[in-house]
Formats: sequence, C-alpha cells, structure tokens
Amino acid sequence: MTDSKRSREIPGTTLFDSVQARKGYALNKMCFSFNSADNRAEFLRDEDAYCARYGLNETQSAAIRKRNVLDLLAAGGNVYYLAKFAGIFGLDVQDIGAQQTGMSKDAFKARLVAAGN
Amino acid sequence: MAKIVGSITSTHVPALGRAIAQNLQEDPYWKPFFDGFPPVREWLREVKPDVAVVFYNDHGLNFFLDKLPTFALGAAEQYVNADEGWGIPTLPPFRGDPALSWHLINALIEKEFDLTTCQEMLVDHAFTLPLKLLWPDDQICPVRTVPVCINTVQFPLPSAARCFKLGEAVGKAIESWDEDQRVVIIGTGGLSHQLDGTRAGFTNKAFDLKFMESLVSDPKWATQYSIEDLVELTGTQGVELLMWLAARAALPGKVRKVHANYHIPISNTAAGLMVLENL
Repeated sequence: MTDSKRSREIPGTTLFDSVQARKGYALNKMCFSFNSADNRAEFLRDEDAYCARYGLNETQSAAIRKRNVLDLLAAGGNVYYLAKFAGIFGLDVQDIGAQQTGMSKDAFKARLVAAGN
Repeated sequence: MAKIVGSITSTHVPALGRAIAQNLQEDPYWKPFFDGFPPVREWLREVKPDVAVVFYNDHGLNFFLDKLPTFALGAAEQYVNADEGWGIPTLPPFRGDPALSWHLINALIEKEFDLTTCQEMLVDHAFTLPLKLLWPDDQICPVRTVPVCINTVQFPLPSAARCFKLGEAVGKAIESWDEDQRVVIIGTGGLSHQLDGTRAGFTNKAFDLKFMESLVSDPKWATQYSIEDLVELTGTQGVELLMWLAARAALPGKVRKVHANYHIPISNTAAGLMVLENL
C-alpha cells in the first residue's frame, strides 16, 4: 500500500506528511522523550542502547550518531522533535540551519540579517 | 455580556526565553524586537482585559504524534509550563477560565468544529513567552487564559480558510458569553521562517508585510492560499501565521491598527507584532 496523496515538491523542503510521519515515528518518539532531563542524561550514558529501546532502524541510529540533521529529516524526523535532540548538545536552530545549508553559523546569521534589509 | 477588546499577534521563538531570563532587552541584537512591546503594554493598561484567548501551536510538549488533534481547546483550572528539552527557564502556571472554556467548547461544537477538549494541558514557549512579553513585571500572568492549539506539526494542517472560520466562531462565541468580562484575543507564531531542510533560514519580508497589512484592509486575503502555498511563500514554520488569521477573524467587523512592529531576524525568524481593535 502506498499513500494516495504525497505533498507537492517545494525546493529544499520536506513536508512532514503521512509518509514522513509513519517512517519517522520511532525516531520522533525518542526525541519527544528528551523533554525529560532524566531521559536526556540516560541517552548520553548509552546512546546506542537508548536508540535500540525506541526501536530506531539502522538509518535512523546512524543519523543520530552523526548528528546529521538532513539525514535525520530524510529518516522521518520532524524538526520540532529534532530540536530537542539538538538541545542536548546545546545547539540552537541557527546551528542546525548552518549545518543544513553547509554554512558557518556566522555566515548563516549574516544571511538572515541581510534578508531583513 | 463579554466584550472583545482587540487582538495582539506576536512571533514566538524559544530563544526569547533565554533573552528574557538574561535581561537582553537592550542588547543590540534583541532591542529592535523588544522595543515593539511597550506600546502594547500601554494599550493593555487602557483596555484592561480580564481574560486572554490564545491561539498558538504546540511544538511537542503537550501533544505527540500518538494523538495529535487538529484543534484543541484547554478547559483547565491552570496550565503548566514544563521543560521542552533545551533548557529555557520554565514560567509559573497560568490561570485558566474553565467557565469560558466550556462556553466556547459548547458553542464551537454546536457550530461543527469538532474540538479536542483538554482538562490538563502543558503549555510551551508559544503560549508562555508572548504572555510574558505582554506582562513582564508580573510574577503570575494577571489575566486568566484559554489556550486554543492548532496543529502545525503533522500534515495535513487545517487550511487558512478553516482557521479563519474557527476564529470567527470563537469571536461570536465570546460575544455570546453572558459574563461582564473583557477578553483579549492573542495569536502567536510566524511570521516567515523555516528551520528545516536546505532552505533553512528562508524568510519573506514582502509577503509578511503584505499579510500584516491585509489583516486590516482585507482580512481574508491569506485564505486564498493553500497550506502548501503558504509553506512555499513563508517557510515550513511561517505557516504559523494561521494563528494570526484565527486571532484576526475573532474580531467582529472592521478594525484599526493600534500598533505594529516588524524585524528580521530573531533566531531564524522574521518577527512580527500587531495590535488591532474594532472601530
């Protein structure tokens, strides 16, 4: 079975639709658990065991190990939950933005400022 | 009868929590944003609301993908803020108004809005921080609150036209509430921004300014767009402008602009702020 309706293509953008929501459920459930400080600490104690407990597949676990946001999105991650994962390492949305666009954080911030002029 | 005193619509971003906690209001990066708020507080002192109905979107604090309502309305005595995972300080609980909540629930379901009702509901930065910006000196938020949460996490999202109708129905329901209470409508989110994908960092100043202007002159203007159009035009999170549309739609009749501010960027976001009241 395939979903009858996929979202239309928007450049550089993956809509979190039914396809992504099904693919990423375990990954997003793990990231949702990071609302709890105890869970964040437990993840840091043994990342692989924590991923296994939430049933992440190998692609998702590898993307977690690499801290790679584009890979996590491709594996079904939703950015609202992934932001909680990034928060464990003190990374904010500009760090994430810089990583996804292949820019330095300073360059990414400068581009944002330029868009306001 | 209850009276709607006007609407306040504002951007929300988590980084604001840290900026408030660290008193960065005069910091050159933050100042153009924070400077928008004193006129709003002055207006609030004039119109003296008793209660705020707040349209916002949850970012994975109260709701997860296991059960994700399209429209959810709080009916609790109080709303608790909690750890969202990135270490911004939590704020004290916000007082609810269960009588107004149930009045709205009854009226809206009668009008075929099939809401999820929540007698317990955690509220995240999208709800807490704009209220803190409006009443910064109060330890406890001085108005009672009714949260109305619109799904912007998982597609399909409710359309702009549907959110406008929801706002209209909320406004009519408030005006039919048989209590001598003054109600301010708040909408938080937007304006253009995108956090995810290789288009991260996208903003659209021209669209945002046109959208803000349209709320005064042609409030249904944005309802011509599909959700996917809005994502393309404003970014994956820019679609939070749905909260602004619902808030505007809750105001009956023609409005005037009391105050507005617009600044790019705070965090990854084009920040908008607007106060409207009925003519």
